[in-house]
Amino acid sequence: MPESFIDVSDLSKRYRVHKRPPGIGAALRSVLRRKYELVHAVEGLSFRIGEGERVGFLGPNGAGKTTTLKVLAGLLYPTSGRVRVGSYVPQTRDPRFLKLITLVMGQKQQLLWDLPPAETYAMNRAIYDVPREQAGETIRALVELLEIGDLIHKPTRQLSLGERMKCELVAALLHRPRVLFLDEPTIGLDVSMQAKMRDFVRDYNERYGAAVLLTSHYMDDVVALCPRVIVIDRGRLIYDGDLRELARRVRPDKRVTVRLAHPVERADLERVGGVVSLGPAQAVLSVPHERLQSAVRDALAALPIVDLTIEEAPLEEVMRELFGARVPAA
Amino acid sequence: MIAEPPRPGLAAEAARTLRALPTLLRVGISEVVAYRAEFVVWILTTNMPLVMLAIWHAVAADGPVGRFDQRAFTAYYLGVLAVRLLTSNWAVWQLSMEIRDGTLATKLLRPIHPIVGLAAEHLSAVPMRALVITPVIAILIAVGRDRLFQHDPALALIFGASLAGAWLLIFFTMVLMGSLAFFVDSALGIFELWLGLHAIFSGYLIPLEALPRWVRHAADVLPFRFMLGFPVETLVGLLDRRQALAALGAQWGYALLFGALALRVWRIGLRRFAAFGG
Repeated sequence: MPESFIDVSDLSKRYRVHKRPPGIGAALRSVLRRKYELVHAVEGLSFRIGEGERVGFLGPNGAGKTTTLKVLAGLLYPTSGRVRVGSYVPQTRDPRFLKLITLVMGQKQQLLWDLPPAETYAMNRAIYDVPREQAGETIRALVELLEIGDLIHKPTRQLSLGERMKCELVAALLHRPRVLFLDEPTIGLDVSMQAKMRDFVRDYNERYGAAVLLTSHYMDDVVALCPRVIVIDRGRLIYDGDLRELARRVRPDKRVTVRLAHPVERADLERVGGVVSLGPAQAVLSVPHERLQSAVRDALAALPIVDLTIEEAPLEEVMRELFGARVPAA
Repeated sequence: MIAEPPRPGLAAEAARTLRALPTLLRVGISEVVAYRAEFVVWILTTNMPLVMLAIWHAVAADGPVGRFDQRAFTAYYLGVLAVRLLTSNWAVWQLSMEIRDGTLATKLLRPIHPIVGLAAEHLSAVPMRALVITPVIAILIAVGRDRLFQHDPALALIFGASLAGAWLLIFFTMVLMGSLAFFVDSALGIFELWLGLHAIFSGYLIPLEALPRWVRHAADVLPFRFMLGFPVETLVGLLDRRQALAALGAQWGYALLFGALALRVWRIGLRRFAAFGG
């Protein structure tokens, strides 16, 4: 692993949340006596990320992913524990730290709503104190990569969600941050736009050597971008390591997809492995890792196979499995 | 771990902020222009001084009230309208909303103090407002030409400084009240209470001279008069140089005090910021 650039040690974050049941009676009672609940958003979380690493940050809703990102970006104070990004403690909000990072939240925007994105870029250039020449060069490069040359002079409110998101990325990266915290950056985008965004993030990471910590509910984002994943649930770390290793641990079975010259009986397939799906021209089988070689040999001998591919179980299934039955931390 | 760059001093940070300021103001003005319809509607809602002018003008028809004859009332309330339009801002609403819905997060991520950013945003509205109140100023000069600044250039200078002081005092008060949203859900409710007191003790509704003696004494020590009444009194020639200078000192003292209080509450509040929804 590269030398640690982001260091999270025994991080905990708790919120005190006002809680009341619905109804006018409860509303009136809450005026006199408020009930609060302590929410443990993050509990004793530790991990390290090296410079230039791309890491997926996974977990179900409410796992504490966004809270952790906000602590890392200096927006929230930890209840306990230590956090360091580069040479900085995020909560001091040192301007040099803020120039080092960016936080892109798919559901929030920094673009000025009634003005064209170019105005937000001008404002960010001034705020981040980026020399005009460098800012112009960065904007040109990013605009070209994202193919948004004709959009940045239209008022933001007239752009589609996907167009806006691409323009957001330029605003977020104008100062060439070396750490990208991406919180659901592809939410709401169509499949081709998601793919473009993924290519863009990878390109930026390779071009500037920036570390990337990504949360996404689209597992394709994680598979495409992150060789390493950190998985948390209820604020606690449950896995930190190689993405493929996680898949192997949680779903040791391989997926064998066979294209068939003609339809076959289900029973013929079950002799090779578990049948996940069966169609007239294609079947997907689940085969234990240790039986893979013999299963493939049997399949080629017994079935009218035109084509055969072997893959890990899809990450969505891995995650479903994971949050049903915990795996030990790596 | 990357090597830490040399830490910039306060002067370097201030210089960086000053370099950013012209662009922030330019973008701010573009936003004001984009919101021009909303802006004009807001201007039109600031009509209370004109209502009060109509009432007092009628009252003064039978004879002056203290030092106020009909023309003095006209000058006073036009002055109130002009000073209020130039110095008021909406920071309390903006700040409490951004704290409650979490949108403050995007501003906290920028390497410029969010209060400086907020100040630049609100200062950007001043040129447009100055343009809009030009007719008010023209009428004011026509009506009150024999008494404006008591024809003393020093009082005109003090008036300029009092306008800046009023803007700062109001802005810091708004930031202070808005920052209460870090602690309570009802920061705007507290501000409404403040506005009620402001209407009486600032001279907004009635010139302080026309109020009972105890109200005037209270107004002299409370901050409200320095937000509105004092600049207007200087403008329409109700204060001499000595009185105006003393009031200017008190006004800037209050501005510094409220600035310090606002920063303190902001810093403490920030530790409680939950950035929900943001």
